[in-house]
Amino acid sequence: MSAGGAQEALEVRERVDAYPTHRIGAYPVRAGRPFPYGAVPVPGGVNFSVYSDRATSMSLVLFDRGAEEPAAELEFPAEFRIGSVYAMTVFGLDLENLEYGFRAGGPFDPASGDRFDDSKVLSDPYARLISGRDVWGAEPDWDNIYPYRAQAVNDDFDWGDDTPLRTATEDLVIYETHVRGFTRHPSSGVQAPGTYAGLREKIPYLKELGINCVELLPVFEFDELDNPRSDPVTGERLHNYWGYNTVSFFAPKAGYAATGRFGMQADEFKSLVRELHRAGIEVILDVVFNHTAEGNEQGPTISFRGLDNATYYMLTPQGEYYNFSGTGNTVNCNHPVVRDFVLGCLRYWVAEYHIDGFRFDLAAILDRAPDGTPLPNPPLLEQLAHDPILRHTKLIAEAWDAAGLYQVGHFPNYGRWSEWNGKFRDSVRKFVKGEPGLVGELATRMAGSPDLYQGRTTSASVNFVTAHDGFTLNDLVSYNDKHNEANGEGNNDGGNDNHSWNCGEEGPSASPHVRDLRQRQMKNLLAILLISQGVPMILAGDEVGRTQLGNNNTYCQDNEFSWFDWGLVEANAELLEFTRGLIAFRHAHPVLRGTEHPSGTDSAGSGFPDVSWHGVEAWRPDWADHGRVLAMMRCGWHAKGGAVRDDSIYVAVNAHWEAHDLELPRLSDGEVWHLFADTGAPTPHGMHTVGGEPALEHPGRYHLGPHSVVVLVGRSTRPSER
Amino acid sequence: MSFDVRLRVNDRVATIELKGELDASTAALFHQTVDKASKAGSIELVIKAEELTYMASAGLRSLVFARQKMGDEVRIAIVGASEPVARTIRMAGFDHSIDLIDA
Repeated sequence: MSAGGAQEALEVRERVDAYPTHRIGAYPVRAGRPFPYGAVPVPGGVNFSVYSDRATSMSLVLFDRGAEEPAAELEFPAEFRIGSVYAMTVFGLDLENLEYGFRAGGPFDPASGDRFDDSKVLSDPYARLISGRDVWGAEPDWDNIYPYRAQAVNDDFDWGDDTPLRTATEDLVIYETHVRGFTRHPSSGVQAPGTYAGLREKIPYLKELGINCVELLPVFEFDELDNPRSDPVTGERLHNYWGYNTVSFFAPKAGYAATGRFGMQADEFKSLVRELHRAGIEVILDVVFNHTAEGNEQGPTISFRGLDNATYYMLTPQGEYYNFSGTGNTVNCNHPVVRDFVLGCLRYWVAEYHIDGFRFDLAAILDRAPDGTPLPNPPLLEQLAHDPILRHTKLIAEAWDAAGLYQVGHFPNYGRWSEWNGKFRDSVRKFVKGEPGLVGELATRMAGSPDLYQGRTTSASVNFVTAHDGFTLNDLVSYNDKHNEANGEGNNDGGNDNHSWNCGEEGPSASPHVRDLRQRQMKNLLAILLISQGVPMILAGDEVGRTQLGNNNTYCQDNEFSWFDWGLVEANAELLEFTRGLIAFRHAHPVLRGTEHPSGTDSAGSGFPDVSWHGVEAWRPDWADHGRVLAMMRCGWHAKGGAVRDDSIYVAVNAHWEAHDLELPRLSDGEVWHLFADTGAPTPHGMHTVGGEPALEHPGRYHLGPHSVVVLVGRSTRPSER
Repeated sequence: MSFDVRLRVNDRVATIELKGELDASTAALFHQTVDKASKAGSIELVIKAEELTYMASAGLRSLVFARQKMGDEVRIAIVGASEPVARTIRMAGFDHSIDLIDA
């Protein structure tokens, strides 16, 4: 059959609503459906729907893909408007070759909240794809009248048998990473460095590490070139590398897709999610609903500002932007229309991309009323907690904002929300560094922070020591001060409260003593993180000692400061092996993953409380200010509320510069302590395989070196009783 | 190079030969041909792509269409796709449902 022969008409029974009723210019159209918003393929055409309460006119602007000038502009007839929604179905469009936007007319009167500008083509807030920035870092035509172009998408990805993993939150080990940074380094060895496809190639590494959840820094379309700064020394352009500046909330970042220039970013990202699921790894997205890339009144008009500024942004009575986000504007999250937007967006990512959960950047903003007042019962948070589509997704709040609303421990949670536990980070850092007066505080953090989360499950606390924002683990033990000069802000950016300690020398050190101590400190921090109650989160690369050379705010560094150097996998194999072992240990011991906070009582009849505290002497913790040794014992009979029988675990942390001879608590008859890990012992004796731990030579005592952590397992030596 | 698509059905194997550039303007022909192949009751669809010089997103979409049109039981093989075309198919994750075979 030749091409000409393929023209025979197919037998297609057309739907009645697939007929145009009007014609605008050359385009057959009919009144569209108001829901869903955005551009959605329908029989014979594409349905466009957009909201604006205060516009006086609205047009649909159509472009052929990549064309500078519009192919057509179709004004919505008055009869195509229902309420504040303009909807139109346009027939005969070629989806693959279509880019579209809107032009909204209305008053420019900032004092009243209106900033309409009909010289702009506006991107659709509900655009499922954005084109125009398909290749990361490629210099665009800055004179382009419409840089972020909305596109419709076919939702036809073949998910096969992919179903949500629904891993219990308390069983997660989260790995926070950046799509580009994970494989962009030349050492990554993947086919398409810096992309979704590249990350997919590294799934075996993630699986072997033992993590069961990745948390991705923002993947909603953003503009990496919206940073005006450059490196003060090299003059090189600085990027918006992290991407906390969303341009389009429904569109996956095209520049993260090797196939983005073909418009295949949705498929490539879905393929990544499907393969992660196949490996037993959930996907949490870091989402930024507190502000948008439009910034303050000086910023670009991209979509919301030109469609309905007063709806989408919190404005002062004078019409200026409230700035609770620290970035110029604040999304008006508890306006009913915007609540719908946020909810619709999250539903879309769960339903269409099979996403397992979300981490909300500066989430405290989500509980502010349109005038900025914190609400006692914020409707958006309640709605997200009870939404049927989001029912089994993880919701994690960064429970503070840039304007000082700090809600760690009391973020409105509706029995669903977890929180990044910033207090865990600070307490553990300070204790391991050797600060006095923190023994009681550390005990509270290791027990799941019941002071903050009493009455909630332990998974309310997402524990972390490091995250993208701040020092890496290696830098935390290598620098006393931040070194952010390359960010071009005179080292004034980034946090100053790092609670870091350089172990005697600032930066890289040739001293074997300093290097040993740093290695031990990294292991100590990882051990505490992975033994504590709550959900541990690891920053990608910490398992191999990744450094940012003291830069604690690499939001703008698209280079080796930020990228995962895969050479470290071999160079720091010992730390990697140690991390892997700790993760395996956590997975193997349900006693570490209960949902209830340990109470210090014996409800299982084991003769031991579920948690007990010890010092150099068993059963005698030293809570004094000068104390720097703390041991925690978890009785295995109490695992999962007594439903499961596990070994007992004893972990002792010595933040002192002196070694200590620890007296160990006695176990039940027939049980003895076995050594799993000792950060002070040299390899290969510093860690043993899970289940293959040797019994201690001296059963009642343990010599714990300076700045060390020991993890022991209490169980019978007779295999039949194990 | 102008686009050409040919269909042969032989012993329940449907073979589609593609030549030239498969893009938005030509994908409709490919769609229709896949539809014919599916109606022929084929148990295998072989897409010969040695002479396919370019595949745009519309062409990739057509492969998704072919997969869904033919049903799970039908094996779909793309034979002799050039490296850029094969690479794009792999990156987008379509290689899981379609076999990529060297010529």
